[in-house]
Amino acid sequence: MGSEPVQPFSSKDAVVCRAVSKTWAAGTARAHEALRAIDLEVAPGEFVVLLGPSGCGKSTLLYLVAGLEETTSGEIHSFRDPVERPSPDRSLIFQETSLFPWLSVWQNVAFGLSIRGAPEDERRATAREALARVGLAEAMHKRPDELSGGMRQRVAVARALAMRPKVLLMDEPFAALDVQTRAKMQDFLLDVWRDSGASVLFVTHHIDEAVALADRVVVFTARPGRIKSIIPVDLPRPRDPFSPECAHLRVRLTGELRGEVDRAFAEQEALAGAA
Amino acid sequence: MSGNLAGTAGRLRRAGSSITAPRPSALPPALRQALSRLGWTVVSVGLFVGLWELAWLLGIADPRLLPPPHIFLGNIPDQARFFNTATRWQIGVDAAAGPSPYEAVGITVAATAGRVFAGLAIAAVLSVTVGVLVRYFALFEKLTLPTITLLSPVSPIAWLPVAIFIFGIGNAPAIFMVVVALFFHMVLSTVSQIDGVNRNFVNVARTMGATKRQIYARVIIPAILPQMLIVLRLNLFGAWMVVLVAESTGVGFGLGQVIMLARNTFNPSLVFFTIALIGLLGFLTDWLLRQVQRRILYWVPQTTGVLRGL
Ligand SMILES: Nc1ncnc2c1ncn2[C@@H]1O[C@H](COP(=O)(O)OP(=O)(O)OP(=O)(O)O)[C@@H](O)[C@H]1O
Ligand SMILES: [Mg+2]
Repeated sequence: MGSEPVQPFSSKDAVVCRAVSKTWAAGTARAHEALRAIDLEVAPGEFVVLLGPSGCGKSTLLYLVAGLEETTSGEIHSFRDPVERPSPDRSLIFQETSLFPWLSVWQNVAFGLSIRGAPEDERRATAREALARVGLAEAMHKRPDELSGGMRQRVAVARALAMRPKVLLMDEPFAALDVQTRAKMQDFLLDVWRDSGASVLFVTHHIDEAVALADRVVVFTARPGRIKSIIPVDLPRPRDPFSPECAHLRVRLTGELRGEVDRAFAEQEALAGAA
Repeated sequence: MSGNLAGTAGRLRRAGSSITAPRPSALPPALRQALSRLGWTVVSVGLFVGLWELAWLLGIADPRLLPPPHIFLGNIPDQARFFNTATRWQIGVDAAAGPSPYEAVGITVAATAGRVFAGLAIAAVLSVTVGVLVRYFALFEKLTLPTITLLSPVSPIAWLPVAIFIFGIGNAPAIFMVVVALFFHMVLSTVSQIDGVNRNFVNVARTMGATKRQIYARVIIPAILPQMLIVLRLNLFGAWMVVLVAESTGVGFGLGQVIMLARNTFNPSLVFFTIALIGLLGFLTDWLLRQVQRRILYWVPQTTGVLRGL
């Protein structure tokens, strides 16, 4: 990968990464290489799962695609436009909850609209609709700290959907949930995704989650993160996690990941020892 | 998380939910809680007063130097005589003119409290504004922050002559003293609060296309507000102290001037009477600010409930 000639950006792909590298604090003593030569295309309406060991740069890649951070080298395009700054077309759902505690649930969901100066009725209507889609119409007037962790993440999803994004970037949104709730949230996410037609870039380090959701699974190496392999998943949804196909995929992904997790662990231990 | 839970529980209790009330009671739980807090305040103060009175009974505390509460609170009309408002001392004004002693106490207290609040309000608005500007405009930071940092450790007492040079006597110098005592480190505190704002909050706003101005107005300022109100509360007592100093040097009339009068006429009863007044006022203003905090910052989880459970 990465050595092919650079393609002109003629494709209508939702996201195109070409030889993207990111070194945090580049040029200083604390320089830290997070990503190296990432080449990736995400088709419109595609569900791509990024899978990799902790610290390999998955969140970093989402930040780059969102336009919140700049690449050190390489280019990112979205629907032919270069990604230079954040855009409402690409919504990021953060790893930690990020609802504003001083706003009610519906105000949180309508935050993006109020930034655009939309009138109150429109904001309310959009918030109501987005909350209904995540099954939280009842919670309109609650405050975020009155909700459970899972409900908060659903509000975050509703907030992202209210922007009608073309690309939905999700950073381990369900990591803090118990297994049953997570399964429910995955089903619900698949429904929402089908309805919205958006492309999804979904980060996780749960193999089961990748198996349940992905059109394609992108497996990362340990830091600096490179793409180790891209595994297409041609199984109809909803997927039965106990089917032989899913079991087979799980075994394959576990094999891909095992060496990398060991390497990531060894490196982090070495880093901790050096410090 | 547990803070949130406690906050929810508190709201439930406040709402008068019968789930949290272990047994039926005539009083609403909120009132019961307030009464119990008041009760303990009375007990605490009573203990202090009791020890003092005991020391007087045993002859340890000389009533001419350390008159116990029953002496300095025993004759309030007598004390109130000393709360002259300045007009009576002006040339050509009859000593009997002006407000009655009780009115004079009220006027004096109101004057001092007014200066405290005016100073606090001006300091809060000014320092949050400057703090935000420091982070908003890089050039503004370079021009002002070094000077502000340099001036922040200067004791407010050192500003007293400056206050008198610039403002003469009256309300202005006392208010100036409060502002100058709080301004510099409240600016620094604002700046560090802004730096501490959760980056995700800012990034959420950025991904939604917010401009820099919108990010400051809708994310950063609400996010720093809770801490800023706490800083203000912590500085409230400082403001009271500074106002007393300003007033005691002849900057208009007020409680500080009464203390000075008591000192010069060697009147310990009057000193303690005024101290009791100031203590009460400080307590009340702190309570008031706490209510404001609770109203405006309804979203901040109240952790005290959790800590009390430990
Ligand atoms: N703002 C930052 N400044 C400096 N270094 C950073 C920053 N953010 C991340 N890093 C470093 O970049 C590397 C990749 O971090 P990243 O958060 O992208 O990992 P991740 O794959 O999302 O991990 P996890 O699964 O634990 O969330 C890490 O080694 C981290 O220390
Ligand atoms: Mg991450």
